Amino acid sequence: MSTTNPQSDTQLDEGPRRSRWSRRPAEGTPAAAARARRRSRQRRRLANVAALMAGLVLTGALYSTLAPGAQAADEGSESSAEAAGRELYERSCISCHGENLEGVPNRGPSLIGVGEAAVYFQVHTGRMPLVRQEAQAPDKPAIFSDEEIDQLMAYVQANGGGPVLPSGDLRDGDLALGGELFRLNCASCHNFVGEGGALSSGKYAPSIEDANDLEIYSAMLSGPENMPVFGDNQLTAEEKRSIINYIQTITDMPDPGGAGIGRIGPVGEGLVIWLVGVSALLFGIFWMGSKA
Amino acid sequence: MARTATAPGAPTTRLGKTALEVDDRLIVAGPLRRTLNKVFPDHWSFLLGEIALYSFIILLLTGTYLTFFFQASMTEVVYDGSYAPLRGLDMSIAYASTLDISFDVRGGLLIRQMHHWAALLFVASIVVHMLRIFFTGAFRRPRETNWLIGVALLVLALVEGMTGYTMPDDLLSGTGLRIISAIILSIPVIGTWAHWAVFGGDYVGELIVGRFYIVHVLLIPAILLGLIALHLLILVKQKHTQFPGPGRTEHNVVGNRLFPTFAGKATGLLLVVFGVVAALGGLVQINPVWLWGPYNPAQVSAASQPDWYVMFLDGSTRLFPAWDIYLPGNYNIPALFWPTLVLPGILFTLLMAYPVIERKLTGDTASHHLLQRPRDVPVRTSLGVMAISFYLVLLLSGGNDVIADKFDISLNAMTWIGRIGLLIVPPIAYVLTYRICLGLQQHDREVLEHGIETGVIRRLPHGEFIEVHQPLGPVDEHGHGQLAYGGAPVPKKMNQVGGARRAIRGFFSPIEEPTAVELEQRGEDRGLAPAEPQRELTTSGRPAEGGRPAEGGRPSEGGRPSEGGRPQEPRD
Repeated sequence: MSTTNPQSDTQLDEGPRRSRWSRRPAEGTPAAAARARRRSRQRRRLANVAALMAGLVLTGALYSTLAPGAQAADEGSESSAEAAGRELYERSCISCHGENLEGVPNRGPSLIGVGEAAVYFQVHTGRMPLVRQEAQAPDKPAIFSDEEIDQLMAYVQANGGGPVLPSGDLRDGDLALGGELFRLNCASCHNFVGEGGALSSGKYAPSIEDANDLEIYSAMLSGPENMPVFGDNQLTAEEKRSIINYIQTITDMPDPGGAGIGRIGPVGEGLVIWLVGVSALLFGIFWMGSKA
Repeated sequence: MARTATAPGAPTTRLGKTALEVDDRLIVAGPLRRTLNKVFPDHWSFLLGEIALYSFIILLLTGTYLTFFFQASMTEVVYDGSYAPLRGLDMSIAYASTLDISFDVRGGLLIRQMHHWAALLFVASIVVHMLRIFFTGAFRRPRETNWLIGVALLVLALVEGMTGYTMPDDLLSGTGLRIISAIILSIPVIGTWAHWAVFGGDYVGELIVGRFYIVHVLLIPAILLGLIALHLLILVKQKHTQFPGPGRTEHNVVGNRLFPTFAGKATGLLLVVFGVVAALGGLVQINPVWLWGPYNPAQVSAASQPDWYVMFLDGSTRLFPAWDIYLPGNYNIPALFWPTLVLPGILFTLLMAYPVIERKLTGDTASHHLLQRPRDVPVRTSLGVMAISFYLVLLLSGGNDVIADKFDISLNAMTWIGRIGLLIVPPIAYVLTYRICLGLQQHDREVLEHGIETGVIRRLPHGEFIEVHQPLGPVDEHGHGQLAYGGAPVPKKMNQVGGARRAIRGFFSPIEEPTAVELEQRGEDRGLAPAEPQRELTTSGRPAEGGRPAEGGRPSEGGRPSEGGRPQEPRD
C-alpha cells in the first residue's frame, strides 16, 4: 500500500538517509549508482511495511486498553440477546439509523421509542434493511432469521422502549365488528378487502393478503411508512384482533362467484368484459361470417 | 309456415289446415311471406348490433328473476343470513336481499352475475356497433333518425346501468351514489332543487333506492324496449346498408333471406351471446357485494370506481383542475360541474349532431345505401379515431389509481400523463390516421393501375430488373389497368385472385367437400380454364335469382372489381 504512495515515501525517508544516499553516487559509476538506487528503493519499501505494522499494533493496543473501559458501563445490564442484536444492528442498520439509534438526517429515522413492534414489522416483512432510498420501502423476503429478528427486537426495545408485540391468539375477535372497523379505518387506503391501493407520489398502501397476524398487528401498533399509528387508545387490543380475524377470514375465503379477478372491482371487470367478453363475441361473429 | 301459405290447393295436412284457418281470420300470410323473404346483407360487422339486442334480452330475463327476490327498501335491518362476516351488522333491506340472492337463493348468484356481465356487454356492444355505423358512414341520409335513436339508446343504457349499480346499497354503490348526489348539487342555480327532487331531501334519505328501482326496472326498460323496436322497424323499413361490391347498387340489397339463412344465423348468435354471458357469470366473479360491505357514509374505499361505461367521467373528474368559481353573494360553481356535466353534455351533443355536421360540411345531402370504407373518408375516420383516443385517455384516467398501483407508477405522474395526453394524443391520432388512410387509398389505386405484385423478378436483356405485376383487368397500351376504384376491397395478393391452390374453406371445420376442391385443383394443374366456369357458378348466385342452395354460394362476399377474379375471403 505504502509503496505506491509517493507522499508517504518522502515523509518517512527524509532526513539522515537522504544525506547518506547523496554521498553514494559520488563513489562509483552510473551503473553502480543505478544499482544503489534500486537497493535503496527496496529498503524504503521494507521500512514502509515495518512502519505500517507498528502503527497497526499500536492502534490495536490502544483500542484494547481504551475501548473495553468505555463499554464497561452498560455491559452489565445487556443480555446476550441484546448484545447479539447490537452486533446485527451495527452490521446492517447503523449506516442509516446512527450509532445510538438516533437516526441519520436524510437517510433513516430515529429508532428510539419505536419499540419491538416496529422492528418486527419492518424486518419480518423484509422492508428493512432497505435496498435503496425510494418513495417507499417495498416488502421482500426477510433477510434475517426469526432468531436474529428477536435479537434485533431485544436490542431496540432495550434502547428507548416502545410498543411491544402482543401475545395469544391474534384472531380472537368479533368477525363482523372487524369488518366494520376495517372498512372504517383501513379500506380508504388498503381497498375493500386489503388489496392495496395507490397513494400520492409513488407511495402506496400495500396488499395485506400475504401478511401474517403478527405483521398486521405490529403494523397497526407502529404505523410504518405512511400508515397512521393505531395505538390502543384508537383501537383496543380486542378491536385489533377483530380486524385481523376479518382480514384473514376474507383472505382465506374462496370466491363463490368464480375467478376473483383481483377483487379490485370495476376496473378489472371492465378489462374482462372487453378482453374476454367482447373479444370472444367478435371471434364468434368472424366465425359466423365465414359460414355461408 | 311459409310453405302452407304458398300452397296453391287446399292443404292436406293437419298443420296446413290449422294455418289456413288462422290465415282466414287474421290474413297474415302475405305480410309474413314478405317478411320471411326479406333479404339481409351479410357481413360480420352487421352482427354487432345484434349482440346488443341479445344482451338486452338476457338482461330482461335475468332481471325479471332478480326482481322476485330483491327488495328495494332502505329500511335498516340486522343481517342474519348465511354470510358470516356480515352477520349481526345493521344494513338496508336492499343490501340484505342482495346478499340473500347471492347466498341463499338457488341460482341467485349466477343470475346476478350474468345480469351484471350482460349489462357491461350491452353497453360495450352498443359502443362497438356505433363505431361500425360511424366509420362506414351508415348514419348518412336517410338513416339520421336511427342514429339519433341509437345515441339515445346509448345514453339510456348508461343511466340504466348507473341506477342498477346503485341499487344493492353496498359500500361501492353508495360511494357512487354520493358522487351522483354531488354532481347534481354542482349544477348552477337549480342544483339544490334538482337534488331535492331526486333524493326527496338531503343525501341520502330513505327514498332513493326505491325510486331508482322503479326507474331501473320499469321506466328505462320500457323506453329502451320501445326505442329498440323503433330502431329495428326503421331498419327494416329503410333496408340495411351494404358494402359496395359486384352486383350491389344503391337500389338493391344483396344477401340472405330472413328465413331460413338469416334466422338461423341470428338464432346461433343469440345462443353464442347467451353462452358467453353464462360462462362469464359462472366463472368470473363480478361485483362481490359481500366483500364491499353495507353502505355507511363514513366509510369509503380506495379504488371506488364506476362500471367501465361511466369510468370516462370519473377520469375527466380526476384530470380536471380544481377550478372552483366564486361569484359574489357567497355563490360558487364547483369544479365538479365541468368534467361531469358539461363535458358529457358536449360529447353527446356532438355525437348526436354528427350526421348534420357532416352534411353541412360536405354538402352531401343525397341518400346513401352503400357503405364507405373508412379509408375512403379520411377526415371522418381520423375524427373518429381522434374521439376514440380522447375517450381512451379519459377511460384509463378513470382507473389511474389501480394502474398506478399495479404498475408501480406514481399516481401524480398518472394524473399528469392523463392531462397532457388528453391534449396531445388526439391530434397525433388524427394526423396518423389521416396519413394511414391516404396511404391505403394510394395503394389501392396503385394496384388497380399496375396490378398485383407477384414477387417474380425478371431480368431484362439490358440488365434491368423488374418485378412482374399481374393486372387485375384489361390494360391500355402503356400496360396500365383501366379499372376504376369502386369503393370495394382490391385484391392485393396473388392468392386472392387464384394465384395459389384453392384452400378448403371453413373456420373450424371444412364447409366444402375436400374431394371437390381437390378435383378443382387437379383441373387447375392442367390449366386455369377448366376451373373457371365452375368457380363462376359458385359465386354468382343471387337471391333474386331464386335462392340457390347454400353450398359455397356466398353472394354477399364481394370485393372483386372485375370479372374473373376470385371472391374475397370474408375477413379482408
